Amino acid sequence: MKIIAAMSGGVDSAVAAARVADAGHEVIGVHLALSSNPQKYRSGARGCCTIEDSHDARRAADIIGIPFYIWDMAEEFHDGVVQNFLSEYAGGKTPNPCLRCNEKIKFEAVLKRARAMGYDAVATGHYAKKIESSSGPLLYRADDPAKDQSYVLAVLTQDQLAGAIFPLGDTVKTDVRKEAQERGFSLAQKPDSHDICFVPSGDNAGWLRDRLGSEVGDIVDEDGAVLGSHKGAYTYTVGQRRGLGLTVPADDGRARYVLRVEPINNRVVVGSREELAITEISGGDVKWCGPVAELGEHRGLAQVRAHGAALPCTYRWDGDQLSATLDQPLFGLAPGQALVIYEDQRAIGSATIERTG
Amino acid sequence: MSVSEKAAYLDNAATTAILPEALEVLYQEAATVGNASSLHGAGRRARKIVEESRERIAAAVGAKPQEVIFTASGTEANNLAVKGMFWQAQNDGEAKTGISSSPVEHHAILDPLEWLERESGAQLHLAQVDVNGVINPESITEIMSEHGATISFATFMHSNNEVGALQPVAELADIAREHQIPIHTDAVQSFGKVPLHFADLGVDAMTISGHKIGGPLGVAALIAKKTLELTPLLHGGGQEREVRSGTLHTPAIAAFATAAEISQAKLNSNSERIRSLRARLIAGITQTVSDVRLNGGANTLPGIAHFTFDGAEGDALLLLLDAQGVQCSTGSACSAGIAQPSHVLIAMGMAPKIARSSIRFSIGPSTTEAEIDRAISVIGEVVVRARAAGAK
Repeated sequence: MKIIAAMSGGVDSAVAAARVADAGHEVIGVHLALSSNPQKYRSGARGCCTIEDSHDARRAADIIGIPFYIWDMAEEFHDGVVQNFLSEYAGGKTPNPCLRCNEKIKFEAVLKRARAMGYDAVATGHYAKKIESSSGPLLYRADDPAKDQSYVLAVLTQDQLAGAIFPLGDTVKTDVRKEAQERGFSLAQKPDSHDICFVPSGDNAGWLRDRLGSEVGDIVDEDGAVLGSHKGAYTYTVGQRRGLGLTVPADDGRARYVLRVEPINNRVVVGSREELAITEISGGDVKWCGPVAELGEHRGLAQVRAHGAALPCTYRWDGDQLSATLDQPLFGLAPGQALVIYEDQRAIGSATIERTG
Repeated sequence: MSVSEKAAYLDNAATTAILPEALEVLYQEAATVGNASSLHGAGRRARKIVEESRERIAAAVGAKPQEVIFTASGTEANNLAVKGMFWQAQNDGEAKTGISSSPVEHHAILDPLEWLERESGAQLHLAQVDVNGVINPESITEIMSEHGATISFATFMHSNNEVGALQPVAELADIAREHQIPIHTDAVQSFGKVPLHFADLGVDAMTISGHKIGGPLGVAALIAKKTLELTPLLHGGGQEREVRSGTLHTPAIAAFATAAEISQAKLNSNSERIRSLRARLIAGITQTVSDVRLNGGANTLPGIAHFTFDGAEGDALLLLLDAQGVQCSTGSACSAGIAQPSHVLIAMGMAPKIARSSIRFSIGPSTTEAEIDRAISVIGEVVVRARAAGAK
């Protein structure tokens, strides 16, 4: 096969590229320039879009012995990921930009470009497994449960999955680092990237305030009583307990949590932990990363955070909305996050959460 | 250079294959000890090589030996000219902070100019260029009439490194001289490709480089009139006229001189052959691909053929050609990596998206017909795919 190996400059994607090259495929390493104004050097462990990272990726490609190029995807990344991140937060939701990046950049813009240029697939360093079946490729969890990234890949359609290769699905992270060391990659001990790559400081709230403004508003309870004030409602997330700065203690003296963010009237609503409990989740923008589910009710597992637990549930597909009823309540779930349904180890599909209850 | 049957090196404007004669000299000299500034026998021997080389290079460019200042790169020579002339002007009685140049210069000129603008308050007066990237002398006449009294120096490239357009430098030098403004030209791309005579050209300083003419990397020269005062960039031993310090790279200087002599001796025959290879490439590409245009106009360097393939992505063109062994460039090599649309094409009035659809092929003395034919044989399919990749 002719494969484009997406190389971030990190250890995972370098080993992934080496493995597909070793397997005898015709491989080209590509580093995605996602910022039109990249930082020269990493600050701390964060980020994966610096010039230094592209240098690390190039050195790994040299060692593997594959050609290496930088693709400028800054415009696509800005439009498809950063803008979406901002508008979701401005709408009181909590988006997951890694998921959008997989959906819009790595397995959309890059894969489309690769296919147009005569390449068959895009290989990445994601920890997930693609398994071929009689009904086409299916997405499974990685063997390393701590690193499993099937959640952020469950936005891929089966066609996108067909053009994806995940060479690390059967390997645990410590072995990947060891392999990088053995291959002589200088990036073998590079720290994992965390947080959001386009917020290099790691200060999401500050980054959002710089872009969305910091209009002061009220923090209220369910009855509308004002308990404090905030500087930008969108910097709060459902389930958040710390940093609320409430001036009026609760009657029962117990901790209060963010229940809702109401961007239109610029309010943050807080309440008790019990009020956070939900069992009903539903959303749209449904993606099936395997065959489309049959209409009606099924048993499965729901996961709502990248490294969250898989919760037993009954899920329903009505042809437009995907919804799940959890067997046990869940505390604190923000709209905008993804609901991913699994059956055992297989990721069935996903929806962007719109309502909870 | 070894070229396999399926490879085609068509990036000679980036760097050329070293000539066997130059390689031999480089090798011989590198094996011989001696610092040209030392006073003993080994030093005297090295000094003799340097001074002979200086004379040979001077003869090749129509300059006097004492006008040749060796540097480690064309970029260094350009920086020495730009900053050296500007700083010198600041030391003179009435400080002149204006600089006249063009928007199509190489980054080794533009970036120091912009640095002086940012750090030292220089005022840049840039010429207008036409759709072929040729500087309009009338715009320089206007700039000089209006700002001449405050302009410290002017710098205009002899030929454009991306689209190959030859510039009216002699005419620009006349205009500058009328206003007693010193003028520099970056002739890195022209030297060894088209006739170039420092004294006849009428400029005060001129940059040439070794590796663009079959010489080694890491050696270049600023040709500067003795009367032109320059403030040094590098301070130290003062080896080159007290203007440039650093131990002279005798092996590279000697090999540069050899390459300079050969490229001058073969100028006519090389350029005739290169022109015909260029014509073959242009004919082959325009017959194979639709909606393609050749940039740079009628009066270009013999070896540069710069194309815009409407709707194709330059990055994709480069990658796909490279995969077929055809090596060319989307712009100057320095801006490769994270691709920006070429400032030259933008100055020529191209929209950024169209500018990104462009590729430069550059032909040199080592280029063969087989290499040209290899490029022609793969271009059709490459453009189809690069256009598919460019479709949103």
